Amino acid sequence: MRIFDPHIHMSSRTTDDYEAMYAAGVRALVEPAFWLGQPRTSVDSFVDYFDALVGWERFRASQFGIAHHCTIALNPKEANDPRCTPVLDLLPRYLAKDGVVAVGEVGFDSMTEDEEKAFSRQLELAREFALPAMVHTPHRDKLVGTRRTLDLVEAAGVEPGMVVVDHLNEVTVDVVDEAGAWMGFSIYPDTKMDPDRMVAILQRRGLDRVLVNSAADWGRSDPLRTRATGEAMLAAGFTEDDVDRVLWRNPVEFFGQSGRLLLDVPGADLGATYAGNSLLRGERG
Amino acid sequence: MNMSSEGDRVGLDTLAGARGSTDGRSAGRAAGAARRRRVETNTVVDELTLNAWCAEIETDPTRIRTRFPAAAREIGRTPGTSPEPGAERVEDDVRVSLLLALGRGLAGDPDTLSAEVHDLYRFGDADERRAVLLGLGRLADAIGDRAVDLLHDALRTNDPRLVAAAMGTYAARLDPAAWRQAVLKCLFVGVPLRLVAGVEDRADDELRRMVADYAAERRAAGREVPADALPFLPAPTQTTRES
Repeated sequence: MRIFDPHIHMSSRTTDDYEAMYAAGVRALVEPAFWLGQPRTSVDSFVDYFDALVGWERFRASQFGIAHHCTIALNPKEANDPRCTPVLDLLPRYLAKDGVVAVGEVGFDSMTEDEEKAFSRQLELAREFALPAMVHTPHRDKLVGTRRTLDLVEAAGVEPGMVVVDHLNEVTVDVVDEAGAWMGFSIYPDTKMDPDRMVAILQRRGLDRVLVNSAADWGRSDPLRTRATGEAMLAAGFTEDDVDRVLWRNPVEFFGQSGRLLLDVPGADLGATYAGNSLLRGERG
Repeated sequence: MNMSSEGDRVGLDTLAGARGSTDGRSAGRAAGAARRRRVETNTVVDELTLNAWCAEIETDPTRIRTRFPAAAREIGRTPGTSPEPGAERVEDDVRVSLLLALGRGLAGDPDTLSAEVHDLYRFGDADERRAVLLGLGRLADAIGDRAVDLLHDALRTNDPRLVAAAMGTYAARLDPAAWRQAVLKCLFVGVPLRLVAGVEDRADDELRRMVADYAAERRAAGREVPADALPFLPAPTQTTRES
């Protein structure tokens, strides 16, 4: 089972996790820029964090045979802090880099005006850099936040196919599906979504435009929930090819739209990737 | 196509074909393939674009700010993200070529050259930083000692690819204490000393003492002494401690 975890915060994980992930079949991942649990108080903290995402963390992953990519953004929580918002002006430097495969995590936390302003600005950046956007949906007032998210995407003129709306559940999946955006599901030990509920959603609406992630970070989470979901799919009667589609080809298809994937890692078996969206592509044309 | 390991042969046709198949740009890619050449690492370099970018940077040096980060995906890149220090990588050669063009474009203006080089490093990812470090030796005449602080920055990291890149010919400008610490760090983080420019000529008694102490500490812990350290150990000490 080859796995591409499309959302995992490796900076807060150990090398034991990298080893266990490789053993479970993880060969590629995307680490979205987010907050740190402890609020940042200056733009410089973001710069050092972004540098780690395109530097040290990529190297750390490569030692374990895993291709590390990231997304870059001002996250919704810190969009509310005037000490942090000037980082928006620095984002273009990072959005031009190899391995930066989307603008994210953007979206809403508390549905404030400042959040909306930062969100809209970053959707513009996604268009400008021809990058997909990864959108976080709020823990509180989730359905309203998800609807508002889709309105902003439409208003910004971003193609729904270039957007993944993440942390979905049974209540929010359908509005995102109808909008034509990609649907992200974070499989957690005991909140957001679990493998069996995920399987039920896949049985109900099919496999297309679905991304399954562990969203593992510094909280209670498990980087092997992707694998657990693949096994739950097999137990429920899905084929190996179905599992490969959800856990590998779908994320390759979505992030391949960036032209910035660095997927040519040992063991990644490029021969079978989806529709040729496997290699680093140029931006010409 | 299977590119399952670093160094697998990635032929010109297969690479160009795989890229082309991603979308409607395949025709352009196929045409581009004809002017690409194989290089030692079995990937391809778009030399026409490289030459055009070099000319552009010589004319307008600020263009390097956007060309340098994009160089790997636009001109040539060795597949994979190898953790090995000193591995030959096409994108490193490509970026060093851009740096040399920058040097020509800013000939006679070492302070501006230094500022551009510092910004490329400051805002670079690990690959871009490595290329800056690798290019410093060939910019040394133009830039003087102005970029030694970049070596110090790289030598503070634990990324052996950056540490190795910092120990090229430009490292001759490190002061003796910093240089010895850097050599010892190479032993610690597994950078082969063959990547340290002029190590045999510059090694002095103090470095030998440091390496001997390091070897003694390793042996006391029951750990192996890296083979790279052995040439720096006085033979009698080696025999005594092993007996």
